[in-house]
Amino acid sequence: MSIGSIPVRFRISIDPEQCMLCGRCIENCSYGVFRKEGDAIKINSRNCVACHRCLAFCPRDAIDIVEKPTDYRSHPVWTREIREAIFNQAKTGKIIVAGMGNVLPYPMIFDRLVLDACQVTNPSIDPLREPMELRTYVGKKPASLSLSEKANGDVELLTELTPNLQIETPIMVGHMSYGAISLNAQLALAKAVTKMGTFMGTGEGGLHEALYPYQDHMIVQVASGRFGVDINYLERGAAIEIKIGQGAKPGIGGHLPGEKVCADVSCTRMIPEGSDALSPAPHHDIYSIEDLKQLVRSLKEATEWKKPVFVKIAAVHNAAAIAAGIARSSADAVVIDGFRGGTGAAPRVFRDHVGIPVEAAIASVDAKLRDQGIRNEVSLIASGGIRESADIAKIICLGADAVYIGTSALVAMGCRVCGTCNRGVCAWGIATQKPELVQRLDPETASIQVANLIHAWTDELAELMGAAGINSIESLRGNRDRLRGYMLDESLMKVLDVKQVGA
Amino acid sequence: MSRCSHFIEGMFKSTQAILRCDTMCGIIGVIDRRRQCMDGSAIRQALSMMNERGSGQGAGYVAYGIYPEYRDLYALHVFFDNIRENKPALDNILEKLGTVVHDEEIPTSDEAKIRKVHTPWRYFFRPDRSLMPKSATPDDDIVMQMMMDVNTAKNGTLIFSSGKNLGVFKASGWPEDVADFYRIQDYKGYLWLAHNRYPTNSPGWWGGAHPFNLLDWSVVHNGEITSYGTNQRYIQSYGYQCTMYTDTEVVAYLFDLLVRRHGLSPRMACRALAPPFWDEIDGMPPKEQEINRAIRLTYGPALMNGPFAICIASEDSLVGFTDRIKLRPLISGELGDRLYISSEEAAIRVLEPDVENITMPKAGEPVIGRVIA
Repeated sequence: MSIGSIPVRFRISIDPEQCMLCGRCIENCSYGVFRKEGDAIKINSRNCVACHRCLAFCPRDAIDIVEKPTDYRSHPVWTREIREAIFNQAKTGKIIVAGMGNVLPYPMIFDRLVLDACQVTNPSIDPLREPMELRTYVGKKPASLSLSEKANGDVELLTELTPNLQIETPIMVGHMSYGAISLNAQLALAKAVTKMGTFMGTGEGGLHEALYPYQDHMIVQVASGRFGVDINYLERGAAIEIKIGQGAKPGIGGHLPGEKVCADVSCTRMIPEGSDALSPAPHHDIYSIEDLKQLVRSLKEATEWKKPVFVKIAAVHNAAAIAAGIARSSADAVVIDGFRGGTGAAPRVFRDHVGIPVEAAIASVDAKLRDQGIRNEVSLIASGGIRESADIAKIICLGADAVYIGTSALVAMGCRVCGTCNRGVCAWGIATQKPELVQRLDPETASIQVANLIHAWTDELAELMGAAGINSIESLRGNRDRLRGYMLDESLMKVLDVKQVGA
Repeated sequence: MSRCSHFIEGMFKSTQAILRCDTMCGIIGVIDRRRQCMDGSAIRQALSMMNERGSGQGAGYVAYGIYPEYRDLYALHVFFDNIRENKPALDNILEKLGTVVHDEEIPTSDEAKIRKVHTPWRYFFRPDRSLMPKSATPDDDIVMQMMMDVNTAKNGTLIFSSGKNLGVFKASGWPEDVADFYRIQDYKGYLWLAHNRYPTNSPGWWGGAHPFNLLDWSVVHNGEITSYGTNQRYIQSYGYQCTMYTDTEVVAYLFDLLVRRHGLSPRMACRALAPPFWDEIDGMPPKEQEINRAIRLTYGPALMNGPFAICIASEDSLVGFTDRIKLRPLISGELGDRLYISSEEAAIRVLEPDVENITMPKAGEPVIGRVIA
């Protein structure tokens, strides 16, 4: 082959002074890096994806991993990644598929926004001593209330409220399907959200029977492939989400390869075993906003108007106008999935180049809905690139009601963000259906870790709110006055509607 | 508190933002339920009693019932930066929107220790309601819209009082000096509110002093609203423009929205602005739970956070309430037909030495006085 082999991405070494030849690295690596030859452990560095499974289970800290041990001639335009993508496509002639989220070094808007705190003129509030309310209701709210008050002080409520999801923290877990992730991973998430009084999404993979005990905390997804959807599924969910698009790959559908469609996945998705699960790019019954409205209302009708219906779109240029259209479709919440959102598998070109950051999308959607006087008609859920509690505080200040986390919940279960989810051999038992790998993930332990993360972030949010003199999360929502932009350009600050630091 | 703020570059021309002020502030209000009038001399004394809470950079009064001869007309109180340049423009606007029945300079005393940086003027105005045929409250809507337009234009004219049979009198200075400047003892009202201001960052813009007024609503406020950004974005989507560079004005707009436009009672409006905690709501009987949950869901963006004690007046009521954990003082007392609300009991006792039923309202719970005549 004229291109020849390209440099290895990672160089693995084992310190012979430390290694006791226990073989745990061999057992744990699902990518075939290690093998035993005689009394020695041999290494094939080319297979390594840096998932750190070997490293994490080496009892002697004997393993070392070095990224990019061989340099290319450095060049600002023809980067290593660009060159290697060309090699790859020259060899295969195909679209490059990759896992996880956007890898390009776009500026991180979150990191250029800073939060406020009280000093002297108003007291900060100590969440350990005073009530601090993070409870959030996701769903449609009336624009005004009609109350009738009698002379004796009795009050009658004349306005009928539509169903909302009550969450004790504004943090929910986004949609990752059974198929994309393992049943043990879904079980862990389900136990965690149930414990924390919040919700998770099923993704477009149906609802496995093992999750029925947690169904009151599950948002069931209806996506373009309609996998796993029947009336039983809809009725079990606490809410229903129509997925139009996804931040990691706006504008295209999904592809679960047949080899991942084992017997169990096939039953849950309601498709033949071993067949590819292809979700079309559009819903073939939604070619316009009025079609979406029909689907929203059909799903509500099917479930007797007892469940909120969400609509998820990828954050694209015109997200504000699209969200305003969705708000008028009877939908109860709009999910805006930013271009940093993760995925099991996406074409690299989409993952890295299509869509906009969630910060800008939420700011413009919130502004558009307010302009049209319909902000209360829907809740806004932000997702895609929420990495820490500060991101949550900031996106709520920009106008979100709540967030979905995805990648960070997986990281809490051990995921090292190696970006190889699409290969289906996740050594951590998360993004795989291979029984021997899936059983590595103990749902009980993993659920505690995910619950711990949500708990810790919720505590941090409470502290941030208290420091800002706010004891109820609704006073943080859309409160852009408590944000300042640091080294953000003027036009972006205008979109975000925040002032610069010092102003 | 306020974010009272001030214009830095020129009276009404600054583009600079909101500065918070009044960290402390003293407030006092009194209502006579039978509309028996009191002149302004006692409230002047009571407000001065709280000079510890002020800094001489702002004080103000509002009195209801002071213009009986023009009771059906909107009394517009205006600051002009330059009477010759600014007044003709406003005259022109008012002429297009209705009829000015009478206008005059607001009488001031030359002897008071106030530097007269604006000329205070008053108009008695009748809007032409045929201009807003679709509105249920055309007169109010015309006056409100006109006030928002004039104040956002920031061209040397500020309308700071726009109700009927009431008037705001405010300036930069100590309470007694502001009172003497406006000869406040000459006015007789059945409902008074007054405010002694301690701005933390302010040369003392007159427009930033309290009370703030919109139509029938007047507000005095001690504190700082940490939810201002949320509240402001909420009311802006209903057409209100924040023009005073202070967090206090949102209270007047929120009350106008909730009470006048949404039809809530003042008690329920206070419930929306300072609602019970979820823990309390969860422990209520089902019906009450439902009502309180509905209020919090619907009016979450109107919830006011941060430390505050507020008095809100309208033609027929005086309401005092604090934030949900009472980070600012508020005390009430009664005698006969009169209800008193203030930051300090001492101030109430200046107004009425024999006051009875001195009580400290619980956090978030409103004290409401209504006229019965």
